[in-house]
Amino acid sequence: MSETTLGGIAGRMPRFIRRADPAVLTAFACIVLLLFLGSLYSRSFLSPEYLLQQLKVASFLGVIATGMMLVILLGQIDLSVPWSVAMGAMMASAAAAYGPVGVAVAIPFGIICGMLIGVVNGIGVAYLRIPSMIITLATNAVAQGLMVVYTGGFSPQDSATGAMRYLATGFAIPGVPNAVIIWALIGAAMVFVLTRTSFGRAVYGIGNRERAAYLSGIDTRRVVMIAFAVSGGLSAFGGVLLAGYASKAAQSMGDAYLLPSIAAVVLGGTSILGGRGSYLGTVAGVILITLLQSILSVMQMPEAGRQIIYGIVIVAMLLLYGRAPASR
Amino acid sequence: MKDWRYWLAEQRGTLLALGIFIVMFVIYTSNHPAGFTANVVQTAANKGVLLAFVAMAQTLVVITAGIDLSVGMIFTLTNCLASWLVIGTGIETAFGVLAVLGTGLLCGAINGAIVIYGRLQPIVATIATGAVYFGIALLLRPFPGGSVNEDLADALTGRLFGVVPASLVVLLAVVLFVWVPFSRSVLGRAAYAAGSSETAAYMSGVPIRRGKFAAYALAGLLAAVGGLFLTFFTYTGEAAYASGNAYTLFSIAAVVLGGVSLFGGKGSAIGAIFGALAFRTIGDLLFVFDFDPLWQPLFQGVILLIAVSLGAFALFRVRNRLEWFL
Repeated sequence: MSETTLGGIAGRMPRFIRRADPAVLTAFACIVLLLFLGSLYSRSFLSPEYLLQQLKVASFLGVIATGMMLVILLGQIDLSVPWSVAMGAMMASAAAAYGPVGVAVAIPFGIICGMLIGVVNGIGVAYLRIPSMIITLATNAVAQGLMVVYTGGFSPQDSATGAMRYLATGFAIPGVPNAVIIWALIGAAMVFVLTRTSFGRAVYGIGNRERAAYLSGIDTRRVVMIAFAVSGGLSAFGGVLLAGYASKAAQSMGDAYLLPSIAAVVLGGTSILGGRGSYLGTVAGVILITLLQSILSVMQMPEAGRQIIYGIVIVAMLLLYGRAPASR
Repeated sequence: MKDWRYWLAEQRGTLLALGIFIVMFVIYTSNHPAGFTANVVQTAANKGVLLAFVAMAQTLVVITAGIDLSVGMIFTLTNCLASWLVIGTGIETAFGVLAVLGTGLLCGAINGAIVIYGRLQPIVATIATGAVYFGIALLLRPFPGGSVNEDLADALTGRLFGVVPASLVVLLAVVLFVWVPFSRSVLGRAAYAAGSSETAAYMSGVPIRRGKFAAYALAGLLAAVGGLFLTFFTYTGEAAYASGNAYTLFSIAAVVLGGVSLFGGKGSAIGAIFGALAFRTIGDLLFVFDFDPLWQPLFQGVILLIAVSLGAFALFRVRNRLEWFL
């Protein structure tokens, strides 16, 4: 693909550039462009403190987008992200109310709650063959209902535990925020799973053509279900980190992560139809989205303008390289 | 087979939705403290038509095997716009109504252009355009407020001859003047054909692009009618993110309840209307049975989950394992 589009120029370029996906290159080029524009606006855009801070903010989106990418690679989508995030955060905070044991299990408990949503999604998509867009919207509504019932009657424990705060804001290695380390670890695990395990190859296979994958002896339904469970778990983990960052859980905290997580994956060159895409692209997409958000907020753009620019940028970039092939 | 059997098979989804709605509505009114009175019907109709318009909009797009996740945001945007424009003298109000409807049509046309001519996936494209529409709504109404021509609002949300809810009459008019002509036109047939099998439709020389584009554009128009009605009920405009999203979500539920296939090519907007009315009535059942309102979101979510799982019954018709992976 890249050989044909880049033509003769590609021949003179180093091998790693020739092999790279044009979408990933575009995304990285846009990051550089954004940083350049930002530095024209203010010198501090290129300072290490600012960049590190951006990376830290990006890592929450990065964790969530990792799960989203796995699902999108299958050719499905997970729209239950908002309340999976909120549920993870709220359940982890809630567990902390039950003594020292509760504090100890808070983080796993939050993640497991998110995974449960994911498992329901997975059963619906893989075994009942309900379109993923529909079943995940429905589980999102159910999760929202559960959380409203849970918070409504009384004022629940909503402050994050020390461990959650440490994961989100601490520094295990001086100079590198823990959140970034966590994202790096999850990202490395994801790259390993996608490129070095049979599960990862099965994910790409199913994304290309599930029927063929099934006929090659892959238990496609199990793979799809695991992918959704992982996505739910990672969304909830993102929520746990966010709760640690803000030091409390809130009901609508996940709303701001649905569109960005899809956008990050798709802008990173992963095909929304599934079967094609690299994790490096998702990393680029996450950083790109975070930088865009940051620059818009530094320029004191109101929420309305941010939403508009956001939507336009996503459509524009998709029109650049996310188009489906002409059908004839 | 006789003709009526074909008709029955074709209308099965719609009739099922009608049946569910009638059962739910009978349970609702028989348990309502006021009983089956014109007032109860009027209130139920006014709440129901909002979702019915949005569900009709969603149907048009779903028939082409697409989905419009921005439909709730067009609804919100037109609500905010109407709270500025639909006011003043008769002519000003009429102009305002036309401008609001035109905006809806434009939003739908933009969606259609991006999806069809830009060749993007409807899910991502409409999520992104939905963000843009919501942003514009927020620009128009950073805080809830505004007003509307109250004479017109009261006339359209009141009762005709003291009995028939006017909103139902408008709904019927929209069905007669938008849905019926569209579904019987070449473009409407093309939208169905494109949803059923795009390749086969193309090979048969059906104008699929124009058909799909018309479906998306009309969806925007119908969502705008819904937004206009929301303004008539509330007298204000509000850029509420949660409410816009909820309408998108409920419209999908209503479409599924109304027997419209999410894979495209099957179903009708009339089914979706009954689906919407049934969905609203189910939500209202909680109130007549004196449940804690806190449980309403959960209850609606579970209904939604069950409604969409109903679509999975097709699973039992699968004869060959490979049919799982269509």
